Amino acid sequence: MRVGVITFPGTLDDRDAARAVVAGGAEAVSLWHADADLKSVDAVILPGGFSYGDYLRCGAISRFAPVMQLVIEAAGKGMPVLGICNGFQVLCESHLLPGALTRNSDLHFLCRDQEIEIVNNTTAWTSSYKTGEKIVIPLKNGEGSFQCDDLTLAMLEGEGRVIARYVGQNPNGSRNLIAGITNERGNVVGLMPHPEHAIDELTGPSAQGLGFFTSILNAMVK
Amino acid sequence: MAKIVVDVMLKPEILDPQGNAVASALPRLGFSFAKSVRQGKRFEIEVDGEPTADQLAEVEKAAEVLLSNPVIENFVVRVEK
Repeated sequence: MRVGVITFPGTLDDRDAARAVVAGGAEAVSLWHADADLKSVDAVILPGGFSYGDYLRCGAISRFAPVMQLVIEAAGKGMPVLGICNGFQVLCESHLLPGALTRNSDLHFLCRDQEIEIVNNTTAWTSSYKTGEKIVIPLKNGEGSFQCDDLTLAMLEGEGRVIARYVGQNPNGSRNLIAGITNERGNVVGLMPHPEHAIDELTGPSAQGLGFFTSILNAMVK
Repeated sequence: MAKIVVDVMLKPEILDPQGNAVASALPRLGFSFAKSVRQGKRFEIEVDGEPTADQLAEVEKAAEVLLSNPVIENFVVRVEK
């Protein structure tokens, strides 16, 4: 199985994401923002970083990159897409996911190991976890506060589309402690903290992030 | 040459931590007038001659698609001489 990892100008975490894909058991395929070809990948990861320098709004310019038009089209047909951190912001700006990510409520850039709880394990990217499973992975961002209107929040909660919540004190002011959400179909997932930095205990706080990258294999085998 | 100005502001119900930080810095500097502060963005777009109705309609469209995120922001388009 081939998993594409997109590099935009300013992307930081593409290498770790590709490494995590390989550790999960798939083949990592590099995609460039200006590509007009998805290179026959079966799934796509939008990694973290500061694409286009976060100019205008995080993810606002990336949304219009040539490769994103293909990703938006493929996601609509059911291809699994995971957006991590800046990738989550791009997915929201692309309207593949509802809501928006805004400045952390205390205005600080946070970089720490964060406990989150997986609350929906039926998506393409979370099936390796048990519902209610708690994992510790890095959280590092300045604009990680998930915001949406009351109607959207009620919809997300009502349809079980929150996939992960922060445990303990709210790190960034996200509504309902939301760390990640999915689309209606469960193939598109956005997550603020970084599972790709937690696949190896030598370099990460745990290896508990690996489940996101093994889940995608389960999704394909089905 | 006229200037088309687009003001983008966070919707009232969206938390504005930057505005709050400014509001709390003001009294520290002895300014006591502010009940609250909201921070936004302003785009200045130059066009040749007087902006036409078509141009303004295009700017409205661009403001909706690119300059603002309608999920969290409102915008106003106006012409400045």
